[in-house]
Amino acid sequence: MRELTYLEAVREAMSQEMRENDDVFILGEDIGVYGGAFGVTRGMIEEFGPERIRNTPISEAAISGAAVGAALTGMRPILELQFSDFITIAMDNMVNQAAKIRYMYGGKGKVPMVLRTPAGSGTGAAAQHSQSLEAWMAHVPGLKVVQPSTAYDAKGLLKAAIDDDNPVIFYEHKLCYRTKSDVPEEPYSIPLGKADVKRQGTDVTIVATAIMVHKSLEAAAELEKQGISVEVIDPRTLVPLDEETIIESVKKTSRLVVVHEAVKRGGFGGEIASMIAESEAFDYLDAPIKRLGGKSVPIPYNPELEKSAVPGVEDIIAAVKETVNRQ
Amino acid sequence: MTQAVNLPPHVKETDLAGLYKQMWLIRYFEEKVDEFFAKGMIHGTTHLSVGQEASAVGAIAVLEEEDKITSTHRGHGHCIAKGAEVNPMMAELFGRTTGYCKGKGGSMHIADVASGNLGANGIVGGGFAIAAGAALTSQMKRAGYVVLCFFGDGASNEGSFHEAINLASIWKLPVVFICENNQYGMSGPVKDMTNIENIADRAESYGIPGKVVDGNDVFDVMNGVGEAVERARNGEGPSLIEAKTYRWKGHSKSDAKKYRTREEETEWRQKDPIERFRLILVNEGLLSEEDAENIRLEAKKEVEESVEFAINSPEPTLDDLMEDIFA
Ligand SMILES: Cc1ncc(C[n+]2csc(CCOP(=O)(O)OP(=O)(O)O)c2C)c(N)n1
Repeated sequence: MRELTYLEAVREAMSQEMRENDDVFILGEDIGVYGGAFGVTRGMIEEFGPERIRNTPISEAAISGAAVGAALTGMRPILELQFSDFITIAMDNMVNQAAKIRYMYGGKGKVPMVLRTPAGSGTGAAAQHSQSLEAWMAHVPGLKVVQPSTAYDAKGLLKAAIDDDNPVIFYEHKLCYRTKSDVPEEPYSIPLGKADVKRQGTDVTIVATAIMVHKSLEAAAELEKQGISVEVIDPRTLVPLDEETIIESVKKTSRLVVVHEAVKRGGFGGEIASMIAESEAFDYLDAPIKRLGGKSVPIPYNPELEKSAVPGVEDIIAAVKETVNRQ
Repeated sequence: MTQAVNLPPHVKETDLAGLYKQMWLIRYFEEKVDEFFAKGMIHGTTHLSVGQEASAVGAIAVLEEEDKITSTHRGHGHCIAKGAEVNPMMAELFGRTTGYCKGKGGSMHIADVASGNLGANGIVGGGFAIAAGAALTSQMKRAGYVVLCFFGDGASNEGSFHEAINLASIWKLPVVFICENNQYGMSGPVKDMTNIENIADRAESYGIPGKVVDGNDVFDVMNGVGEAVERARNGEGPSLIEAKTYRWKGHSKSDAKKYRTREEETEWRQKDPIERFRLILVNEGLLSEEDAENIRLEAKKEVEESVEFAINSPEPTLDDLMEDIFA
């Protein structure tokens, strides 16, 4: 099978959907000849033209609202926001409009749109271009939240998101863009709400998202050498959340470490931990649940400080050991 | 030339050599940043304002020391013109503790609140309302200072532009909004992103004066902004100034500039604001050729020394990470 980068997989999913369905179009800043801030839409304007690869002014409030309006009237817009931090400017439309409309209207009307946006730190872009704000979105009823970690998942999940009749926030971690995996050429869909066991193990479960999936797999490989068998689960979508896969894994391993890049305080890891605490898996736990997340600090510019603000492979190894050694 | 003698109040002929030096400081500073960025010694991203030196220097030249500015992601020039020193600026870009933001902000967030630089901004349109708020303080405390709000043509399409100018207008706040129209957002040409000839024309809908100046002519900028600053200081409220100019370089490091032509770039390079200023100074006998050359060399040397200062400055330690979050 061919390997694709995550970035190419996202582009391929969009191109295939656009060939299939004239209602699908993309809008966003600099997505035309520039190809988007990260190059995801590069070359697409040549194939689809400026009407469907629609360059917008720098107007996040207007373009997110326009996506809601277009979706409500029969189109399937994909909105690209250059950095997920700018969702703050689109927030009113996503939270007060997109998320609520179907319910408020008693099911009369739907908002099939996808907001795609790069998230996360690690590029030196500092505090206003490096945040992980997925927990905000997951908190709002009516929004689905996707966080793919691999190229394969990105392609399948994006197709599912575009085909979904609801507003979906699709977070692309910047450090995942250049990662590669085998990606089938034909279109395929990965259902939203289905976690993936990225690695089987018996001693401890790690639930990790986005770039932390890769770091956790690295940690797991190292821990295996030390005789600790780690299971790594990537929920892939926070809303809907595949509770069952996580519960079953914890029942098997009796230990849980949750890892995400977003600030730990108020982060989605707390949700996963309490979900387990409220489930039958609680009785199986042999150690307190451990949460790893970013420190409660804006992402600093200096590269060493930037790294230390979010969990690293060493932190994951230490957390797993602490959990496993707990009697 | 008659322009040289036609100076706004508060600007004296004896100031002109200093302004000329500032322009060279900006040019050399940014060329160094470009160089060290290419070498991988400066990380993250930077946005250079080479070619736009006259609007930064001309606009700030008419301010008093206690006046304030808000700046943008393309803010090195504003910073230097407001009196920032190149040593801590360069150190900031190198992520060192001696930088203006102790290495935590980087290029996009340089600020020095005490000296009236209320900050660059990673959020396009982030400065509009902050400038209005700083002007509100001035009004409420009868402090007498004026706020100069820099922004790009692209930013004028953000909702915050309209909301903040309206607010400033109804409250008659002492703020001057200055658009540096360098013809493009990232890749979006201003003519495709707005349907009017001049951004300054928008002033009319807020009931404030709007004026277009030649952004490559430091005298024209000084006179236009000078008038607006006087108005603001006299309690007559805000103005909107548009300085037409051009950025010589790409938007940021990874810009192939596919959205514009070589011919266009060459045409604008011939309007080099620094060379234009030099010619006037020398032709009007305000500066000798020799003095002009010495000023240029001095600026060059200062910038070179700033690199040494930055490289020899300490990196922040992990103890610094959690400092400065709360006062
Ligand atoms: C809210 C927001 N949207 C988008 C961006 C990405 N971005 C950074 S600079 C820029 C272009 C800004 O153009 P303009 O305001 O004309 O300023 P210029 O770069 O030309 O100086 C864009 C789109 C951002 N930083 N913030």
